[in-house]
Amino acid sequence: MKNIFVPNPKEAESIQIIREVAAQFERPVLLFSGGKDSITLVRLAQKAFYPAKIPFPLLHVDTGHNFPETIRFRDQLVEELGLELIVRNVQDAIDQGKVQEEKGRYSSRNSLQTTTLLDAIEEFKFDACIGGARRDEEKARAKERVFSVRDDFGQWDEKNQRPELFDMLNGKVHQGQNVRAFPISNWTELDVWEYIKTENIQIPSIYFAHRRETFVRDGMIWTASEHVYREEHEEVEERMVRFRTVGDMTCTAAVLSEAETLEEVVDEIRASTISERGARIDDKRSEAAMESRKKVGYF
Amino acid sequence: MSTENRKLINIATAGSVDDGKSTLIGRLLYDTKSLTTDKLEAIERNSKQKGFDYLDFSLATDGLVAEREQGITIDVAHIYFNTQKTNYIIADTPGHVEYTRNMVTGASTSQVAIILIDARKGVIEQTYRHFFINNLLRVGHVIVAINKMDLVDFDQQVFEDIKADFEGLIEKSDYNDDQVTFIPVSALHGDNIATGSDKMDWYQGPSLLDYLEDLEIDELEDHSAARFSVQYVVRPKTDAHHDFRGFAGKLYGGNIAVGDEVTVLPTFTTTKVKAIHFFDQEFDEAVPGSSITITLEDEVNVSRGDMLVKSSELPKSEKQLSATICQVNSKPLKIGAKYILQHGVNQVLAKVDSIEGLVHTDFSGGEAADQLKLNDIGKVNFRLSKPIHFDPYKESKSNGSFILIDESSYDTTSVGFIQ
Repeated sequence: MKNIFVPNPKEAESIQIIREVAAQFERPVLLFSGGKDSITLVRLAQKAFYPAKIPFPLLHVDTGHNFPETIRFRDQLVEELGLELIVRNVQDAIDQGKVQEEKGRYSSRNSLQTTTLLDAIEEFKFDACIGGARRDEEKARAKERVFSVRDDFGQWDEKNQRPELFDMLNGKVHQGQNVRAFPISNWTELDVWEYIKTENIQIPSIYFAHRRETFVRDGMIWTASEHVYREEHEEVEERMVRFRTVGDMTCTAAVLSEAETLEEVVDEIRASTISERGARIDDKRSEAAMESRKKVGYF
Repeated sequence: MSTENRKLINIATAGSVDDGKSTLIGRLLYDTKSLTTDKLEAIERNSKQKGFDYLDFSLATDGLVAEREQGITIDVAHIYFNTQKTNYIIADTPGHVEYTRNMVTGASTSQVAIILIDARKGVIEQTYRHFFINNLLRVGHVIVAINKMDLVDFDQQVFEDIKADFEGLIEKSDYNDDQVTFIPVSALHGDNIATGSDKMDWYQGPSLLDYLEDLEIDELEDHSAARFSVQYVVRPKTDAHHDFRGFAGKLYGGNIAVGDEVTVLPTFTTTKVKAIHFFDQEFDEAVPGSSITITLEDEVNVSRGDMLVKSSELPKSEKQLSATICQVNSKPLKIGAKYILQHGVNQVLAKVDSIEGLVHTDFSGGEAADQLKLNDIGKVNFRLSKPIHFDPYKESKSNGSFILIDESSYDTTSVGFIQ
């Protein structure tokens, strides 16, 4: 019997995009957060260039408030696949007085990442940053291009975007400009989870149900940690939870869950009723939150 | 990969502001349970705020802040939903006269188009334009959704009259009757969207979603000759894969198999396919749409931008081109202008030799012109610095299209369909 390759259309598209990035740019980098989307990107990049190694480094902009499980996972993955990892710390930008730490109830270092990211782009002269953003995540992302041109200040001009026709990607940019490339633009959260399951991809343990010290605020479950502002009356309690996205501890809410295996997680996502970014505290600040952050260079 | 891959259907929607396009999409999301509770709550809240006595599903799709204020959509927005057997992507494009560009962009990746007609208004100028674009881009299947049937008492005669009107347009196009399907719907109330309607017994056809679900993968693909454009040369230079030299790219149009005799373009050297790799597996054959890595029997010179084709199915190789151009940038295309022409992943320089004229987007012919402005469509002749290896767009979407890139701004200024 003939062994015929039939592609997963979304995977094929992503691989095509990643290969275009590697071919069209001199210094691409993969923005790696340790979350499931960037882990998926790493697998896709592996497939794109196999048996060669991934021809670009990973960049992690570390807020210093990451879940320790994520950092351990990151280091292990890099080690196993022989990847090059660059880490730049938000703490450095704070220490240098470039950005100011937020204070109080909803304080987070999430938006401070932008400065560190832009500094790293300048330091390494990256001309393309590969990100795991998906158009279904949030309304403002629905109009994002696969190759999104940013100016020297990292700014996104949504009214002046290049049209993208068929699957032809135009990555030509001027000195100082760079491109944010989004290979999994057309994936949904469920697509990602089903892929992780089919491919049996390892992900950080916090995606699975575990017991954790938490407290409840505004109907959301927050991690009790020295990094997360908490008022005295907000009582800490151990709960069985998992995370649907892995961002900074200060802006990622947990959900109550018993899903301990990938199978159970996928089933839970399928049946779920709260959209993924519903658990991102930074987006709750205002309806137009994501759009405002993107305009100033948040990826 | 597993055989459990869902089929993927890309849909272009087009329609003017008032004919309920956003409502239709919102309804599809709602009926396929693709709207999550928090989104649904936001819709309920917003609908109440605006004083509506129904759910305004259009709020499920409108994106940017400016648009929320204006209540319209202004660019291509992508919307996703899944059913058990299909992944859907809707490219929602606006219906304004000045946004031909966006319609062309949305249609370029779509196999199905939904054209909405307001049952109270019938076929209007906008309808001509949408249908024209779908015809130009060869979108394989067109669904004409005659909407707001609730506002014309679900009257069969209204539906039949509009259908007869539209059939006049089909005659002027390249479409066959069986590529165009008419469905009477009420997006607001859900009639014939995901389920049938108990108010239109006279309609025997499928609901919109049933029609989409029944489309076969074979009906969605562009079948022509196999074209493999090389994106990247994979050379591991490791001990384990010392001599590995693979050509990574995407396959279009037809299958390719180990042992096939292939010609490398532009060198016209011939060799055979040695192996087809996908990640750590090898296959005997691959189907169109595959992102694979191919190794060849002989040590031939192949680099990015080259194309592998079966030696029995050579494309045209020419330095002069005639193409229908849609201008997608505000800087006009003029005679004598030079561009970077990107055909697949290959780039050459191109010069505008002559402009034959504009094509009216309503099937009414054309007129002479010495330039193409934003949203204009026209016939243009080019001279190229090097030959490209193409098929006419009518035979191959992927190998018959190109984009033009401005040499100074690097913006994508135009899209071309080769004759």
